[in-house]
Amino acid sequence: MATAHTPATEHAREPSFYEGKTGFKNWFITLDHKRLGMMYLVGTMVFFLVGGIAALTLRTELLTPEQDLVSATTFNKLFTVHGAVMVFLVIIPAVPAALGNFLLPLMLGVKDVAFPRLNLLSFWVYCFGACFFLFTLFAGGLDTGWTFYTPYSTTTGTAMLSATAGAFILGFSSILTGVNFIVTVHKMRAPGLTWNRLPLFVWAIYSTAVIQILATPVLAITLLLLIVERTLNIGIFDPAMGGDPVLYQHFFWFYSHPAVYIMILPGFGIISELIAVHSRKHIFGYKAIALSSIAIAIISFLVWGHHMFVSGQSELAGVVFSFLTFAVAVPTAIKVFSWVATLYKGSIEFNTPMLYALAFLFTFSIGGLTGIFLGSLSVDVHLHDTYFVVAHFHYVMMGGTIIAFIGGIHHWWGKMTGRMFNEAHAKWGVLLVFIGFNMTFFNQFVIGQQGMPRRYATYVPQFQQQHVLSTIGSYILGVGLLWTAIYLLRSLRSGPQAPDNPYGGASLEWQTQSPPIEHNFHGQPVADTDPYNFPQIDRSGGMDAH
Amino acid sequence: MSSTHAHGPKPPHAFFQHHYDTVEQQAGAAKLGMWVFLATEILMFSGLFLAYFIVRAFYPEMVLGSHELLSKTMGGINTVVLLTSSFTMAMAVRSAQVGDTPGIVRNLYMTIGCALIFMVVKYFEYTGKFSHGIFPGKYFDYERAAAYAAEHGHELVGMPHIFFGVYFTMTGLHGVHVLAGIIVLTWILRRAQKGHFGPQYFTPVENVGLYWHIVDLVWIFLFPLLYLVK
Amino acid sequence: MLSMFFAPETKEAAKAAAGAAAPVVEKAAAAAPKLPPLETAHNWALPTEASTFARSTDNLYLFIVALDVFFFVLVIGAMVYFMWKYKRRSEDQKTSSITHNGKIEFLWSAIPAVLLVVIFAWAEIDYLKQTTPPADAINIRVVGRQWFWTVEYPDNPGVSLTSNVDEPQLTMIVPKGRPVRLTMTSEDVLHSFYIPAFRIKKDVVPGRYTTLWFEATTVGEFNIFCAEYCGDRHSSMTGVIKVLEPEMYEAALKEASKLEAKPGEAPAEFGRRIYTRRGCNACHTLDGAPATGPSWKALYGRQETMADGSSLTVDDNYITESILRPQAKIVAGFTGAQMPSYQGQLDQKQIAALIEFIKTQK
Repeated sequence: MATAHTPATEHAREPSFYEGKTGFKNWFITLDHKRLGMMYLVGTMVFFLVGGIAALTLRTELLTPEQDLVSATTFNKLFTVHGAVMVFLVIIPAVPAALGNFLLPLMLGVKDVAFPRLNLLSFWVYCFGACFFLFTLFAGGLDTGWTFYTPYSTTTGTAMLSATAGAFILGFSSILTGVNFIVTVHKMRAPGLTWNRLPLFVWAIYSTAVIQILATPVLAITLLLLIVERTLNIGIFDPAMGGDPVLYQHFFWFYSHPAVYIMILPGFGIISELIAVHSRKHIFGYKAIALSSIAIAIISFLVWGHHMFVSGQSELAGVVFSFLTFAVAVPTAIKVFSWVATLYKGSIEFNTPMLYALAFLFTFSIGGLTGIFLGSLSVDVHLHDTYFVVAHFHYVMMGGTIIAFIGGIHHWWGKMTGRMFNEAHAKWGVLLVFIGFNMTFFNQFVIGQQGMPRRYATYVPQFQQQHVLSTIGSYILGVGLLWTAIYLLRSLRSGPQAPDNPYGGASLEWQTQSPPIEHNFHGQPVADTDPYNFPQIDRSGGMDAH
Repeated sequence: MSSTHAHGPKPPHAFFQHHYDTVEQQAGAAKLGMWVFLATEILMFSGLFLAYFIVRAFYPEMVLGSHELLSKTMGGINTVVLLTSSFTMAMAVRSAQVGDTPGIVRNLYMTIGCALIFMVVKYFEYTGKFSHGIFPGKYFDYERAAAYAAEHGHELVGMPHIFFGVYFTMTGLHGVHVLAGIIVLTWILRRAQKGHFGPQYFTPVENVGLYWHIVDLVWIFLFPLLYLVK
Repeated sequence: MLSMFFAPETKEAAKAAAGAAAPVVEKAAAAAPKLPPLETAHNWALPTEASTFARSTDNLYLFIVALDVFFFVLVIGAMVYFMWKYKRRSEDQKTSSITHNGKIEFLWSAIPAVLLVVIFAWAEIDYLKQTTPPADAINIRVVGRQWFWTVEYPDNPGVSLTSNVDEPQLTMIVPKGRPVRLTMTSEDVLHSFYIPAFRIKKDVVPGRYTTLWFEATTVGEFNIFCAEYCGDRHSSMTGVIKVLEPEMYEAALKEASKLEAKPGEAPAEFGRRIYTRRGCNACHTLDGAPATGPSWKALYGRQETMADGSSLTVDDNYITESILRPQAKIVAGFTGAQMPSYQGQLDQKQIAALIEFIKTQK
């Protein structure tokens, strides 16, 4: 078991990082990674609410085949807002910037990230970019879809520039965070914490950071070219000026496909921690899980063309991209199998974080398996741009990343806030979210295979039954999430004091008090073994866990 | 993080940040961070280079015809100026390593001077283009540009607004990097004047130097691709 | 190398006017398109298989469904079993010290990998069939515009059909059992031509031509959808394709493309048919709400201010000019760039009927 030389319990409690200098100003100029993590958490949750309200409005409009609640233009703006906010302001920063910032230095047993000032700058840049998005909302919204496809985006009359500028700026926040995390993992580790002893969450955040720094600059330049195209019509993407709209798609997906893994890899990291800790068993296939993250990070750069099977790229490109897409499925499958194998002969506790992890295995498996349809060229021709795709990526992004994220929030809630939430209340939340989510999205596979195209404000009446089911599901999901927010916030006031290590975790973040002191640890923690050596593991069989 | 909480032995130099364990760790982190950042810079420009090559593949004659309007002399002068500045920058780093503060200051002045010359030449180049109707994209004045080309015995082919769109975007973004370079160079110049750097601590000079070399390197690619294309 | 990422289709430096910003206006509530009933046996089934591709695509689809269900049951079944079997029953419950197992890890990497290669190869073979049209295929040209399809038959000059944003309208006629090759392009933004019953889809891209081919196997009417988001009325950019027995095809084509006044039909009534048949209604409303173009409500005789500041009264001459040369005089507040010229598309009689129709819109 990993131990600190001076475990927290032997120390008198010291003031936590919340109790230092308080007030808005001191928080806004803080260099403390934990405070920055908490502020990112608040920021992403506020935008999660914005994106969620847009989604529920969309679902309500789709209750009937006619257009009745909102106009077609408003509908188009709503799905654009939903997509852009959820991608750029919620899912991309949620796990790495919020949880990653808070946990990375704690898991590494160090006082802070390598560049605390850069970290603060990155947060400011995030806020600045978010302001552009808010401006876009108040300037009447944007109706291009979050992908900003040309030439629609270069000709639409809506607030295109502020939205693309916002995404451009948020990209820099992502790059700076990525640089910071890479250097932190390379250079800042507690004594004894070798690469083979890094918690898998750290491996996941590290792989994510690698993708962030390699892919995001290309997004930046793509958006810059788009802005130049829109303002000056230089003729790169706009066919009316001699450009090529398919070129834009290549540029865009070269970033945005790896971005899918920026969104999901950190979720994988959370699940690895949750499943190991709550079944008190050494994670199965540590090396396979860690290396598969790196493999995914590399292959993710070579599969962007599978978003374009019907866009008019050459057949050869389609075939190559399809093959590579299947190649990326293998490391993902390895992870899922390893997680399930970890449960074998464990001591599984059905508390809220674990229930979220198990829910993740269920929903993410569906998300991953349905990806096979879309990677298959001939089947994708039929399913491309239908609700099948909508269902697939919500199963991956929401059923994967967001469910993992909520599970992670519960797992580390005591560490982050010093309070425990009410388990009974939380279990109702899990149930509502799980049922609501599946009810919303599963039947979208069905209408997708029947040919219901996405981004339709009105539709053929035959699809109505499934749409109504979907909308009711989304309300249940909304209630579940709202309920989750309510009991978590209530716990801040009335929840019991969190113990330092409520679940018996063995990685270094559990070696400090909850919430941690300003400099994280009372002494220098040392990692003398890997983070999955729980005291409950039975070594009597002669097989040592490590 | 406030410095009052410092644990462990006395810091080895005034700029040691206490969340690091050793000076080597701090310097190593800064250097690795800079290299990773520069990788993102190169990737960003490579996106533009890709766009350039695609335009060139689509419209080879147009690119050949249009590039004749760029001034090889001015581009050449700027190339020499930037190469010189890279040399003086390297000398500044060397001075920092051996603790020669006046040397750092002198070399940084020369580097900033070169950067300013570059921007002034760029200014004359841009205004020269604008005065002949050579603007990017839809503002491109085909008639005036064609007349200007004819004066110099060239002919415009196809859609030169695309070439100049790419030209202004690439050199513009590079120019922004030169401006950013001038700002950070001025910042380390001020710090050098205060005597912050010596053999114990010269990471900022080294990192700004790395950045400056990358800016230079990008130009080394831009110049032949835009001005000397054949 | 580059050519790999770009179209095998002709890269054409388009002169097509993609148009600047359309005026942003909230549209009046539109009804859902009343399309032919969806061609499915029940609410959970795949659509009717109406082309030669449908069968093989569905076979692969169902193969993957079976494989997915198998693996899902395997993984989630194991999970549920472990959940039950290894539930924590006491705080000091011991757990196994297994950390890895090379053999099983190899197996669960290799088996999915092999299966995935099989699926890949199967899908690729099907896909390549879909991308190589036979030489004897009937040629049809498809043009996408915001928000209607125009379908032309080069082998039958003058035949032109369009879709209609307000209600389903015969958009394409093809014979059963003969290959058909579509050559498609767009005059404004991206669209995507999608016939679910045929399992075919291809983006329609401004500035280049994309192709698609199929061979219909079932007589009947099927939906055409636009599958690539193209703006306000994207979800109304739907049409109807009719598959006929080959011997009825030529006659039906002639009949469908005929756009002339029926005996005894008032010119204004004929004009109304042209209004929906030729896509005018995609941009010009009748209820006074400005859309991409000016509304036709109370248009005739109105004083309009032009983009250049001049003003004129809308009369026969102005309307005719606007139909034939849309960019000549543009009403202030509109760009006019989206409107295609109808020179050669509408004859004098049809234009006269349209004018009569406009006159009736008070």
